Amino acid sequence: MSEREYLSMEHITKRFGDFTANRDVTFCVRQGEVHALLGENGAGKSTLMNILSGLYQSTEGEIYINGKKVSIQTPQDARALGIGMVYQHFMLIPAMTVTENVMLSMSGLGPVLDFEATRAKIRSLSEQYHLEVNPDRYVRDLSVGEQQRIEIIKVLCANASILIFDEPTAVLTPAESEGLFEIMRLLIQEGHTIIFISHKLKEIMAICDRITVLRGGEKVCVVDKNSTTVEDLGNYMVGHKVALDRYPGREHQEETHLLELEGVVYSEQGVQKLNIDHLHVKAGEILGIAGVDGNGQSELAKAATGLIALDQGQIQVAGQTVTGKGAKAFIQAGVTHIPEDRNRMGLVGSMTLYENLVLKQIGEAPFSSLHGGHINYKVLHHHAKEMIQKYDIRTASENLPTSALSGGNQQKVIVAREMELGGKLIVAVHPTRGVDIGASDYIHQQLIAARDRGCAVLLISADLDEILRLSDRMAVIYEGQIMGYEDPENPDINRISLMMAGKEGPAHA
Amino acid sequence: MTANLFTLSFFTELLSSGLRMTTPILYTALGETFSERAGITNIGLEGLMVVGAVSSFIGVSLTGSLLIGVLIAIGCGVLINALFAYCVIYRHSDQIVMGMALNILAAGAASFLYRAVFGISQTPEKVEGFQAISIPGLSKIPVLGQVLFSQNILLYLALILVPVCSFVLFKTPFGLHLRSVGEYPKAADSMGIKVYRMRFFGCIIGGALGGLGGAYLSIAYMNMYVDNLVSGRGYIALAAVIFGKWNPKGVLMATLLFGFTDALQMRLQAMSLGIPYQFMAMLPYLVTLAALVCFVGKSVGPAANTVNYVRGGKE
Repeated sequence: MSEREYLSMEHITKRFGDFTANRDVTFCVRQGEVHALLGENGAGKSTLMNILSGLYQSTEGEIYINGKKVSIQTPQDARALGIGMVYQHFMLIPAMTVTENVMLSMSGLGPVLDFEATRAKIRSLSEQYHLEVNPDRYVRDLSVGEQQRIEIIKVLCANASILIFDEPTAVLTPAESEGLFEIMRLLIQEGHTIIFISHKLKEIMAICDRITVLRGGEKVCVVDKNSTTVEDLGNYMVGHKVALDRYPGREHQEETHLLELEGVVYSEQGVQKLNIDHLHVKAGEILGIAGVDGNGQSELAKAATGLIALDQGQIQVAGQTVTGKGAKAFIQAGVTHIPEDRNRMGLVGSMTLYENLVLKQIGEAPFSSLHGGHINYKVLHHHAKEMIQKYDIRTASENLPTSALSGGNQQKVIVAREMELGGKLIVAVHPTRGVDIGASDYIHQQLIAARDRGCAVLLISADLDEILRLSDRMAVIYEGQIMGYEDPENPDINRISLMMAGKEGPAHA
Repeated sequence: MTANLFTLSFFTELLSSGLRMTTPILYTALGETFSERAGITNIGLEGLMVVGAVSSFIGVSLTGSLLIGVLIAIGCGVLINALFAYCVIYRHSDQIVMGMALNILAAGAASFLYRAVFGISQTPEKVEGFQAISIPGLSKIPVLGQVLFSQNILLYLALILVPVCSFVLFKTPFGLHLRSVGEYPKAADSMGIKVYRMRFFGCIIGGALGGLGGAYLSIAYMNMYVDNLVSGRGYIALAAVIFGKWNPKGVLMATLLFGFTDALQMRLQAMSLGIPYQFMAMLPYLVTLAALVCFVGKSVGPAANTVNYVRGGKE
């Protein structure tokens, strides 16, 4: 690694209308280093990198490479300068083969596509950097890890010298992440430079040389890995101390099963999505379900909230059999739901805060009279003001549409609504996804409080740290099956990893 | 009566006429395949064909040159689709609404234009259209010779276009880029592919071939122009693209199905079987409908088809 700055982005400001995503950010990278760009969701990391890769143009500021001022107006400009981005949301076309996808990113293809030459190039790169892929398979049939490897190959095919990785581990198992780090080390050895975007502190400490921290669109500091700690980085990122420890478990254990799944099988279009022999959540416990996204988590949540009709199996909520009875029966039995996609399932974005807060109770007193025939708006407004206070929802008014709120505050609206229902079982799916740390801590505390009141919580999350911090028991799901259980207090991360990858289990609990 | 249903000449006639009925739809559907592969659905194909038909007819009858007629049809098709493409690609108008507007506009404009040039008369104007060209040697093959090798040049061209379109779509960088903007424009954009421009090209090809499809009806088949000449063939072409799974060879099969049913129903009408002719006339449309419902239940098209793309938009 040289001491000279190889790439420098100076005084970058980017505005979208009234919103400033980056304010006077200066970001410098040395040749041959892994440089982390650390920040919470909405800190402006992606915007800054999209400017570097030519997808956006900065409102103000300049970019230098090797001391020479460059102009990046389009993705081609960035590519010509040797900048390549491995996107978090893969820029791959599922209906095309690996080879076709790689060719898409290449320039100078000539009049006719040369499939054979591209295949050969993919093979040689995949050997050189241990990037195993089959060039003739369709992207839609590949695992997330394989898709990521194609993204890396694409960038290498374009002869990139600076590789930007946008939260690359978000979709990987711990073992796959370790494999990715190996690949990154190889790339550095071969003379590449890497920018690593993340908000996972431990990973950053494991792989990076220097760290630039962004907060609220502004640069906080640049630090050397060797002169900082995970705790410090957390402080820089959030602006206050971050709790990274486990929440204490509940002392008093209860034995009542508030949710019980027995022999549950569910398929969609001939593909089996769920196959669970047995699963239960007791009163006063949080059962965490870990797993890589897309392994039946959505279906498990939908099964537990009555949103899908099972092929086989029984579901009991608080001792009541509710199998096949539909969502209303589940709600009446005491199920509350913090859904995975707050915009599509949790809120009606164009409706106001006070309306969204009572979506489930609108037909009942005191929110309406005459059995839902007449809405008591005064009560709604009053209720909303109370909830905004109680759940610390940051909003200018209860009359705003919820789409105007930040992700964290939207999530708080859902949490407020569901908690107030006073249910017995809470099904929480990725409850803090895309939510800033402050709001995420608050939501965690609410879940713990509900547990301490004697609620059963089924916590489904792709964030393993979240599962480990909150759960009293945890299980791993893979292709719709429970692979096994781990003790979240003293977890064997290696075993969890194997289970997440489907290489261990299924065990019966 | 039923005896002559099975003669060889009946079948030969049926097949060669079926191919002629196929051609205008094939042109239009091939064009639309490019457009939809790029992510733009133009339901204004009917209007596009009407424009091609009337403009080429006027061109031929005023200049006497078939070539000029064809070029005018292509030019007008391109012009109309360029306007459509500008509205939906650059101004982000709704594709369905714009396509509908195009249909309505074209129907009125065509009637008006025809009357403005020829006035109102009892007998429609006629032109000397494309004549059949027998290919020496090959046209002497029994049945096949008459069906495949004694047709006019526009029909030959349409058949040649099928493998050409396949090649362009699947074996050239142009085709790869075109398909990518119809599948996942943001990804294409991130790789430096000009999404708007590729989509525009798709529409231009659609316009050129759609205009040609219309021209075939007025200067190579009927050799005249009347209102309702196109009579729903644009919509059939739209269905054929889906039925053919956005693939030129599939599109050929789909349009052949319609073409042959159309040829068959005309012959059945001529036989006066005692069934009202309107029922016969329905046949090709019913077959298309049935084919769409029965066989194409799960046809998966380009993922971003009909979805407008706004560059640099926040997700």
